Amino acid sequence: MTKDQSYPNSPQLPDAEDLLKVLAQKLQPLLQKNTALVGIHSGGVWLMQRLLVLLESTIAKHAIEHGTLDVSFYRDDYAQRGLKQENRPSQIPFDVEDKHIILIDDVFYTGRTTRAAVNELFDYGRPASISLVALVDRGGRELPIAPQIVAANIPLEATQHLQLTQQPDGTLALQLTQHNSARTQEHE
Amino acid sequence: MNNPQLDTDGNLRHLLSIEGLPKKILNQILDTAESFVGVAEREVKKVPLLRGKTVCNLFFENSTRTRTTFEIAAKRLSADVISLNVGTSSQSKGETILDTVDNLIAMHADMFVVRHSQSGAAHLIAKHVPPHIHVINAGDGRHSHPTQGLLDVFTIRKYKPELHNLRIAIVGDILHSRVARSEIHALTTLGVPEVRVIAPKTLLPAQVEKLGVHVFHDMEAGLKDVDVVMMLRLQNERMNGAMLPSTQEYFKTYGLTQDKLKLAKPDAIVMHPGPMNRGVEIDSNVADGKQSVILPQVTYGIAIRMAVMAILAGGNTAGNTGSTAGGV
Repeated sequence: MTKDQSYPNSPQLPDAEDLLKVLAQKLQPLLQKNTALVGIHSGGVWLMQRLLVLLESTIAKHAIEHGTLDVSFYRDDYAQRGLKQENRPSQIPFDVEDKHIILIDDVFYTGRTTRAAVNELFDYGRPASISLVALVDRGGRELPIAPQIVAANIPLEATQHLQLTQQPDGTLALQLTQHNSARTQEHE
Repeated sequence: MNNPQLDTDGNLRHLLSIEGLPKKILNQILDTAESFVGVAEREVKKVPLLRGKTVCNLFFENSTRTRTTFEIAAKRLSADVISLNVGTSSQSKGETILDTVDNLIAMHADMFVVRHSQSGAAHLIAKHVPPHIHVINAGDGRHSHPTQGLLDVFTIRKYKPELHNLRIAIVGDILHSRVARSEIHALTTLGVPEVRVIAPKTLLPAQVEKLGVHVFHDMEAGLKDVDVVMMLRLQNERMNGAMLPSTQEYFKTYGLTQDKLKLAKPDAIVMHPGPMNRGVEIDSNVADGKQSVILPQVTYGIAIRMAVMAILAGGNTAGNTGSTAGGV
């Protein structure tokens, strides 16, 4: 589809650690004064924590702040699926007003999580701008929302479920699973 | 035994009492409440979860604090709220309650928050309503007040996270207190190893030991080395005289003063569900003192009530399976 790597239906997924480095490289020029990073639970927060280390000097130079969002209270499937068993407090320890916010997510799919995250952010204040970076765009968008930066495009079937996992030692890995029915995990 | 509070998948359907709720559900409510605490500190103190839902506060018995916090909780979840203060005295009760409920259902109410002076009122309504409607017990007679019990545990957990290491004393009018019952069930279910009750014999229910508590009649002995002191209100309106010599006498023996509090651990916290009778069960110095967490209890009460409503209202579109994630 694009000139980025694509892995249609292949069990050979790229190494998440490699993708992380690509992402850091692409993200660096966006990091300027008055930007703030916001990771979306859970995968986006893991990514952000790694990016904070990889881009430490740039982040320190511009005094870039960061926070986390758990979009449980803003999801559009609450009426069907209820509240998730596990949800964590969102933590935005800085003033959102007039900030250039960079949302970080692991796998971009339907765009519904991003929609929820954007809505939640606006309840903290009025940002100057919001952009989205994701490790992987897996296709299947359902809303007019797209990431500005991705490290890889991996088009997948609706029955396939791509997930970022964190090993006990902190390294990240991608995991592909097959579901018998589509759309059970669309909001993840 | 059929538990009307849980659906066939073991999810919370109504909140009627803490008794009969598994530890998993209690923890789910407490953990979800953590996430709601922060919502109140934002620019916009609202989340859209209950948008388009109507919550009815049905108060057959007065309570300003409980009604207000339920109202705020529902509004912060974006629900529409109607608060009705319904007098009990006028008519024969059972019929009237269900008629009121039916009328509100005809107006498309989605959730009822019920307070009533009769034990079992919320159960009665829960048995009566169709499956998509949820009932929360906001206090029924001497029986139960589950959200108060939960907010008390939540407050304890905030200040003393290691529940399995705590020694907790509940002091005062245990006999008339639905709060005490809910607290005891919550604390023992969550693994608090030592729950004490301290009260004169006349204010203790028969066989209170069966709830798994240690009974003390002497305040000095009972407060020794506790981590948490939970005071109860002396419920004058529920007493038919003759249980106590006088309120002054009660204060002398069971009122919490700074001196008596010194017997507890130095970092012990003092709680009270309100409204307080200053100078009866608690001295003003203690109520307003450093160790008091009485006002944080009120704040956390909103987060707990938001959590309960959010857990109840989701995932039940008109009685469909609702559990697609687990199946196929």
